Amino acid sequence: MLAQISTPDVDFAILAPLLILAAGGVFALTISSVTKALPAWFFTAWAVLAALAAAVAVIPLWHRYTGEGEGDGATSTISNTIGFDGFSLYLTVTIACAVAMASLLAHPYLVREKLVGPELHVLLLLSGSGGVVMAFANDLIVFFLGLETLSIAVYVLAAMHRRRFESQEAGMKYFVLGAFASTFLLYGIALVYGATGSTNLVEIRNTLDQTIIVEDGLLLGGLALLIVGLAFKVGAVPFHSWTPDVYQGAPTPVVAYMASGVKAAGFAGLLRILSVTFAPVVDDWGPPLEVIAALTLLLGAFSAIVQTDVKRMLAYSSISHAGFILLGVIAASGRGTAAALFYLGTYTFLVAGTFGVFTVMGGEGDNDHDVSRFAGLGRRRPLLAIALLVMLLAQAGVPLTTGFFAKFQVIAAAVEAEVYWLAAVAMIAAVVAAYLYIKLIISMYLVDVDVDVDADADAISVPRPIAVVIGVAALVTVGFGIFPGIIDSVAQDALAELTFGS
Amino acid sequence: MSSLLAAGGASVTFPALSTLIVIPALGALAIAITPAGRSEVHRLLAVLATVMTGAVSLWVLLVFEKSEPGFQLRGEEPTTWVDSLGITWDLGIDGISLFLVVLSGLLFPLAVLGVQPEHDAKPYYAWLVLLEAGIMGVFVTLDLFFFFVFFEIVLVPMYFLIGAWGHGNRVYAATKFFLYTMFGSALMLVGILAVVFLHQDATGVLTFDIVELAEGQSWGVEAGRWMFVTFALAFSVKVPLVPVHTWLPDAHTEAPTAGSVILAGVMLKLGTYGFLRFGLYLFPEASVWFAPVMLVLGTVGIIYGAIAATMQKDLKRLVAYSSVAHLGFIVLGTFAITTEALTGSVMQMVNHGLSTGALFFLVGWLYERRHTREIAALGGLQKVAPVFAAAFTLVMLSSIGLPGLNGFVGEFLILLGAFVAYPVITAVAATGVILAALYLLWAYQRVFHGPVEGDNAEMNDLTLGEGLVLLPMLALIVFLGVYPKPMLERIEPAVDALIVHVEENVDDWSEPTADVIEPADDHGEDDDQGEGE
Repeated sequence: MLAQISTPDVDFAILAPLLILAAGGVFALTISSVTKALPAWFFTAWAVLAALAAAVAVIPLWHRYTGEGEGDGATSTISNTIGFDGFSLYLTVTIACAVAMASLLAHPYLVREKLVGPELHVLLLLSGSGGVVMAFANDLIVFFLGLETLSIAVYVLAAMHRRRFESQEAGMKYFVLGAFASTFLLYGIALVYGATGSTNLVEIRNTLDQTIIVEDGLLLGGLALLIVGLAFKVGAVPFHSWTPDVYQGAPTPVVAYMASGVKAAGFAGLLRILSVTFAPVVDDWGPPLEVIAALTLLLGAFSAIVQTDVKRMLAYSSISHAGFILLGVIAASGRGTAAALFYLGTYTFLVAGTFGVFTVMGGEGDNDHDVSRFAGLGRRRPLLAIALLVMLLAQAGVPLTTGFFAKFQVIAAAVEAEVYWLAAVAMIAAVVAAYLYIKLIISMYLVDVDVDVDADADAISVPRPIAVVIGVAALVTVGFGIFPGIIDSVAQDALAELTFGS
Repeated sequence: MSSLLAAGGASVTFPALSTLIVIPALGALAIAITPAGRSEVHRLLAVLATVMTGAVSLWVLLVFEKSEPGFQLRGEEPTTWVDSLGITWDLGIDGISLFLVVLSGLLFPLAVLGVQPEHDAKPYYAWLVLLEAGIMGVFVTLDLFFFFVFFEIVLVPMYFLIGAWGHGNRVYAATKFFLYTMFGSALMLVGILAVVFLHQDATGVLTFDIVELAEGQSWGVEAGRWMFVTFALAFSVKVPLVPVHTWLPDAHTEAPTAGSVILAGVMLKLGTYGFLRFGLYLFPEASVWFAPVMLVLGTVGIIYGAIAATMQKDLKRLVAYSSVAHLGFIVLGTFAITTEALTGSVMQMVNHGLSTGALFFLVGWLYERRHTREIAALGGLQKVAPVFAAAFTLVMLSSIGLPGLNGFVGEFLILLGAFVAYPVITAVAATGVILAALYLLWAYQRVFHGPVEGDNAEMNDLTLGEGLVLLPMLALIVFLGVYPKPMLERIEPAVDALIVHVEENVDDWSEPTADVIEPADDHGEDDDQGEGE
């Protein structure tokens, strides 16, 4: 007689986006080891299709989530470790878009740098599946699994450029520091388990709702370590120091993914774990996180304006942006979560577009990222320059772009939560950071350069996949900047709900 | 009375106010997508867009009900823009914003026609026309969110106009302008959101509707004062008030002629208009409380601007500093909070737009001819360019505030109204009128009188085209000086309603009055002067 092992119910429909990404990665890996005869574009197309398929698979799930019928609405599966709600679906689409765009940017990059192969695309898909697990995770252990899947792939991706010393260094640095951060996170999970008796977010929330933990040393220690681990992933000060070096060294398309997909997954954790699960003890983690946010905003902005390497600039600027998104986390409200989601969703396109331009401008060897390289771009490549202008203005928070409304929403969430001082700090940081984008704009448009416009234009070639990414990013930025209500209404519905499935 | 402010006005057949924003926006888009290198096409499109917008603004002036104090031409049902925040596309116009809209509608076509860019016509016209959309938006929107959007978006076109087509230290001036103004309005965003959420706390309604927020006054005294500070900072930079004015001389001087005309003519009014609409109307209590501070700052601006203008060696910089002084008068009138002073302020906004706009045209054309703006290098121009000198004289006299020209009516009303409330400060401010005569006449003497030497002898007189551009402004300068009644009677109902609104919402405050001067008299006086001309 066979022993009866009870296995948890699995709702495979909910897991579809995750399975598509993971299976897509594994399948591509398998094919590549079976046959060498495939053209270079095959794996790019494969990765883009898999990512888009994962995003499309969300559509029926979204209907199920927002629907009124039986079995609709938020639920959970696999012994309540996977949470199904609008939040996870929204971030799944965000991460899938980040994977697709990074893949598109990577193809011409790999060709140019003579690195053609399936590895980068496979790793992007696997990393994306890790991010999706983080978005869905209803349990700290599952969240950690997702985080490691995501991170280990990105460590390798950062070191992808075999012949570039800086790329190797970036990978190594990211790996060592990232491993440390993961340890902190894991230890934090253990302490939280000690304090609350569970790693399941729903149960933790129930415990916090029903009991007042008097001896809260374990809980506070656990929270602190969780914040350290998560703050590292999103690049918040003082756990940000890896960002500039890694961004500068890693291949530019990979940086686009790190600044969008990885950041979105990291914030998935911050939002679901801190803003939602630990909302009852917001007085414990709120104030320290406010200080972290203020430092992140200011240090990011001030450090950014003194850089001369555009990738370092964008690294610091992405730190500052993380500070803005932290405002949404700190608000610990539905509006805060929705604001952070809007920010993450639109910022994904912003960075993809921006790093798309940088990929083009970096030239062979991916080394030439000095601001001076952009001098007179407005004359040399008007369309490319306009696209970058749109992306820079959006990041500076100029109205009629998504960047403005994203900032507007997080500030609104902070003001609603009556954290006025932080809202004021954020706005001042925005002005400081604006100078950074202006510096690039000046270089592109307002500096007189003596270049032979026609001869030089040929030197900058924009491969079609990159052009597609830049075009889509610019359209999204302006389109949803003028009509932000469309994404906003989705983000408002995409709340993180902690529910036990039936 | 409060319901009157909220009431709609004339019935509309087409959304005129929306077209004021949409036409220039589409015009800019059209210019942007036509191929480069065909500057005459771009110029034609720019002329079309701005002239059409100007025509619509005139139509708005015609259908405006002059005795109606509330917002007019407001649509039936505002379009929801962002559901989760209660943001709506809601436009309306009252006696305060009406003439600023008309002024913008007039100055933009003139700015397009009056000067041609030295290079890159396509982006130049695109930015210039886009700028009009933003400025119109600020004046007609009744939604705080869109107000901020338009208030901020105007920075980008102006940044490029100064930075790419300016003179000398253009990039520095443009960047200083951008960062200063952006810094000023950064905290205003926090203030706007605080207003909205405090209103929601008190009433349960999440709205950005200015009328609803202003009528509600659902925040405490202290909160109101804090929020006023965030708004006042933004407007002070924009006006600009001393000591946050230092961007202005650089920006005005380095900007291309059209940029200076628009910057001085309408963009500075975003600040003074903001003080009226979002200072007095939204925060009546705080405005009354802060009034002494604002009056002192305004007066310091008047005196400092005038003294600084006297010292300038560069003619354009002189005109720029004169703006600081003139706008000080408008702030003085605004925070004196009497019917005459407020009416005078609104009128003076238009007057300054006309006279300083015209001055910047003249200085720009002078620079085109002589390639210098240095006062010392010029001289005796009256002999070689008599028409030019005559035009300059008229505009200058308007700027000085000579009776019979428009500047007098505005300044007189401001001083009259402010004197009733704050005699000492007003007396100090009045010396600014004398100083204005000093620096402008002295500048005129040095530039246009004296012996004609060197290149000055070869200077051409005003061309027919330039004269035609100047003509509408000169005509209005005289007309409004002689017969200001049509303008004043449209401004006054809105100003009266505003004062009643302040009285209703501020305890122990009523409009300062004097026994000697009856409001009805001074209008008669103005008319009399008109007839005396």
